[in-house]
Amino acid sequence: MTDERAALAALLRSADAASALARAIRDLAEGLGTVRLMEVCGTHTVAIRRSGLPSLLPESIELLSGPGCPVCVTPDEDIDRAIAMAGLDGVCLCTFGDMLRVPGSSGSLERARASGADVRVVYSPLDAVALARRSPERQVIFAGVGFETTAPTVAAAVRSAAGLTNFSVLAAHKLVPPALEALVAREDFSVHGFLMPGHVSTIIGSDAYSPVARQHGVPCVVAGFEPGDILLAIWMLLRQMRDGRAEVEVEYRSAVRPEGNLRALELMGSVYEPVDSTWRGLGAIPASGLGLRASQAAFDARLRHPVEVAPSKGRPGCRCGEVLVGALRPDGCALFGRSCTPATPIGPCMVSSEGSCAAYYRYSR
Amino acid sequence: MSADTQIQLAHGGGGQATSRLVRELFLTHFHNERLALLDDGARLDLSGPLAMSTDAFVVDPLFFPGGDIGKLAVCGTVNDVAMCGARPRSLAAAFVLEEGLPMADLERIVASMAAEIGRAGVELVTGDTKVVPRGHGDGVYIATTGVGEVLPGVEVSGHRARPGDRILLSGPVGDHGAAIMSVRAGIELGGDALRSDCASVAGAAVALCEAVHGVRCLRDPTRGGLAGTLCEIAGASGVGFEIDEARIPVSEPTRAACEILGLDPLALACEGRFVAVVADGDAAQAADVLGARPEVTGLAEIGRAVAEHPGRVVLRTSIGGSRLLDRAEGEPLPRIC
Repeated sequence: MTDERAALAALLRSADAASALARAIRDLAEGLGTVRLMEVCGTHTVAIRRSGLPSLLPESIELLSGPGCPVCVTPDEDIDRAIAMAGLDGVCLCTFGDMLRVPGSSGSLERARASGADVRVVYSPLDAVALARRSPERQVIFAGVGFETTAPTVAAAVRSAAGLTNFSVLAAHKLVPPALEALVAREDFSVHGFLMPGHVSTIIGSDAYSPVARQHGVPCVVAGFEPGDILLAIWMLLRQMRDGRAEVEVEYRSAVRPEGNLRALELMGSVYEPVDSTWRGLGAIPASGLGLRASQAAFDARLRHPVEVAPSKGRPGCRCGEVLVGALRPDGCALFGRSCTPATPIGPCMVSSEGSCAAYYRYSR
Repeated sequence: MSADTQIQLAHGGGGQATSRLVRELFLTHFHNERLALLDDGARLDLSGPLAMSTDAFVVDPLFFPGGDIGKLAVCGTVNDVAMCGARPRSLAAAFVLEEGLPMADLERIVASMAAEIGRAGVELVTGDTKVVPRGHGDGVYIATTGVGEVLPGVEVSGHRARPGDRILLSGPVGDHGAAIMSVRAGIELGGDALRSDCASVAGAAVALCEAVHGVRCLRDPTRGGLAGTLCEIAGASGVGFEIDEARIPVSEPTRAACEILGLDPLALACEGRFVAVVADGDAAQAADVLGARPEVTGLAEIGRAVAEHPGRVVLRTSIGGSRLLDRAEGEPLPRIC
């Protein structure tokens, strides 16, 4: 990266740019009344809280976190299943780092590791395939959690594992558009606009949100991740509201196309198919997850290493479900900051670094 | 070196193999009179109040851009002694070696330690070696203990920050943590652009304490990073800190690596930086002294202590917002997407 490029990129997070954007937002916000905007993506949540962006906005604008932190929306049953698989003889369970501390019904992968289970953090699912190749005596299971951003790389890993008999995937992927459609259809839905996830949108394309905007009349703007990107996207949402429009606009133009990344989508489709899936907070949503296709059964950990998982009894007092749909602010939960902290998380929104409760606790309490 | 190409259990047995390892490797690199006596311990001829610090070093990988576990084991403890307002003098080192460790790797580590010991102007006066069976260690663990002479009239402690004090930072933060995490993640950012800052800062800290009366507190932001260090001092001193994010230097490669991995540079370890809390009236002189030191590049005054919000660190963000700066929970974990 050249110094000049770095200097120019720094403008996106400069105080001058931010204060000019904040001024424009204040001007637009006058006369709009209370505005509730939801950032769908956990990375946006962190960028917003870490930059102190809310302190620049007028009080009439409220930013809510949505169901876009992959760890947070993963239900207890899937965590429990991963923990149970990690406990099987000869199994090495690989996962991304932020899954480690997520509590299931009882325990977490981190605790399972401390008790002797072979749980390893990988940075890419391809690392898990390489591990399987190196360790023919181990059954390597990759816990595939995450949205459309990560699913193509897991699909690539499955494709690259052709011929291996000791690699499989516990598929627990989630799809963003069906969840948003379920969210806007709820009776208690009271959000005026969506900041759409930049990374997911590079894969699925901005057209994927058309039903949310057109059929449900909710303005959508796909945003990048610098504070300046997010402020500009908020301004674009307010402008749609002022004009009485509900469209999908793209602030993150450098990376997002209407049709998305066709190669990644094709790769994903060759390995996975949509399946019904349960979301924490939203419940069961038809065709909102990804399961391995029948042709990939040899890599399906659910078939290769079946485990019994009891239905979750939930966590008394934990209101992560309401937080995830924007019905409750994290500090509105009685456990927040008292019994539930990042050191002693009760719900997943406090565990993941991208969880809305953790972000509130860390930056705003 | 002898014909031994790998560490064997016998090297820790106390017999001839141990003796060979000590004489041919350790004494060759760490030659000094005190160590050469090979007594059970070392007599130190030091004076005045002393400062002592100990640290165990466990790092994966053993060799990383900008350093290795040996250099880290010397710098880490030398810096901790210096952060007590002391001139580091003597070091002790204990090695836990894993059976099968290539002798060439150990020699590289020991040579790196010796070079850093020379640069820091200290002596390694006593040590120990143990060998654990293959699979029971990650190649090498090193524990070092350092002793130094507290400079006359100097009293620095994390409890001594007062409202009005200025907070100086000796250079860009997060380079060590970002370099290590990037190697582990297999991320390459243009050659060796991303390097650990691992270095001794004792010379700069000693020069500061000698020249400036109003040094209240020194601390190197290792584990927990700058965020953790500032929270510790604010909490221990019962003052609030107001920090200006735009003034905190972060190198461009580290910033880029943090964006890729979803990490916060303020929460990542440094191994060659320190924070100095200095009385308001002495801040300019402190900046002059530190700015003239070769081991200080990118010195910045990043904020001040206030009477409000005791124990809390408030960050004025680079976009002009404000938020709490809290310490991270546990080890930093790269994110999913």
